[in-house]
Amino acid sequence: MKIKADTGRCVGAGMCALTLPEVFDQSEDDGTVVVLDAEPPADAAPAVSRAVQLCPSGALSLEE
Amino acid sequence: MTEATPRLATFPLTRERAFDPPDELARRRAEAPVQRMTYADGHEGWLVTGYAEARAILADNRFSTRPELLHSPIPQRGEFRNEPLTPGFFLRMDPPAHTRYRRLLTGQFTVRRMKLLEPRIREITESHLDAMEREGAPADLVKSFALPIPSLVICELLGVPYEDREKFQRDSAVLLNLDSTLQDVRAAVDDLVTYLRELVAVKAKEPADDLLSGLVAGGELTTEELGGVGLLLLIAGHETTANMLGLGTFALLSNPDQLAIVRDDPDAVDNAVEELLRYLSIVHIGPIRTALEDAEIGGVLIRAGESVTLSLAAANRDPARFDDGDVLDVTRPAHGHLSFGHGIHQCLGQQLARIEMRIAYPALLRRFPNLRLAVPAHEVPLRANMAVYGVHRLPVLW
Repeated sequence: MKIKADTGRCVGAGMCALTLPEVFDQSEDDGTVVVLDAEPPADAAPAVSRAVQLCPSGALSLEE
Repeated sequence: MTEATPRLATFPLTRERAFDPPDELARRRAEAPVQRMTYADGHEGWLVTGYAEARAILADNRFSTRPELLHSPIPQRGEFRNEPLTPGFFLRMDPPAHTRYRRLLTGQFTVRRMKLLEPRIREITESHLDAMEREGAPADLVKSFALPIPSLVICELLGVPYEDREKFQRDSAVLLNLDSTLQDVRAAVDDLVTYLRELVAVKAKEPADDLLSGLVAGGELTTEELGGVGLLLLIAGHETTANMLGLGTFALLSNPDQLAIVRDDPDAVDNAVEELLRYLSIVHIGPIRTALEDAEIGGVLIRAGESVTLSLAAANRDPARFDDGDVLDVTRPAHGHLSFGHGIHQCLGQQLARIEMRIAYPALLRRFPNLRLAVPAHEVPLRANMAVYGVHRLPVLW
């Protein structure tokens, strides 16, 4: 599982950083997504999927 | 699509019960989650009550939020589309105009930044509870607690003097009142924007450590634009959370088992706030969008130029997404609700709103374990005629 983030699409709503702060953060400049751990451990998979699904702008995706 | 019942001619606002959206919306959702609705000006548009369909439209940039394209499902608001947009009011802009403003602000509303405000929000909350205790019961919870806490927080964050609250609370009530005439709304917008532009001019000379000063110093926005940005943040920042606190407390008082969980279990609070957001869906009309090109949603073809009115309240109770959606259950998984919207316009201040509610509900319920209504529940005046639902007043004893 690899997380891909498109900062061009990101609207800085913060849903990912709220859901999984160990994996996602937000830039201090413009609030866009910063992926702290692009390949998180397998046990984080459900929370990662939830963060991806909650993203309002479709900026996050997963690669198997 | 079948049409078992005649088309709605206007968006229903009359509620049978305080916390539930009009029954008509649930009936319509069961019939067809996307269906035709005749708008006040005769436009043949759409009503969307399904969760998946509402979410899809909010995420789809083929649907525009620009006011000059929108038809209104509220008869009183039909003429508003011809009003020029206040510069900087980016809620009503599409990309790329919207993107520019949003990008200038998102860094100010991150999860981490909002967490830094926690100690100050706690202090503000406790001082309002102290004042309630000093003044004694009964109290109007809206006036003593639900409205002043988010008002003070957004004022400090933006750098708007809280002493001026009477002015902006009055103007903002006119803007949100669906019965206000166009002239009244125009006057209230002019008044607020003039006030904010004057404030911005002061901050250009004497900058302080606040959001508006930061934007002035950044130099990317004109004074005109800053007036519109300030207008949006000021209204959105206090009316919304204020109504969640007022109506949410009323809902908890009406569901004592749920109230006990919020009061007694700190681990349950974060999810309880999400459930209250879902269950109450205080943005109870719209959002409204207009298709820029033909788009198929839920198997229905929406033509370019047609307006769609979403009911977030109906979508948030869609049985296809939430089991027993008409029940307030603060322990259910409530994430994914649409109460802050979805897509590029999803609420900028949602992480601030969450923190305010996560602090305020339990603090209130712990301070006053015997909190109760001072009037029969049916006498609590409801904001059915306002763009943001809630209670006008909530008389309480403890």
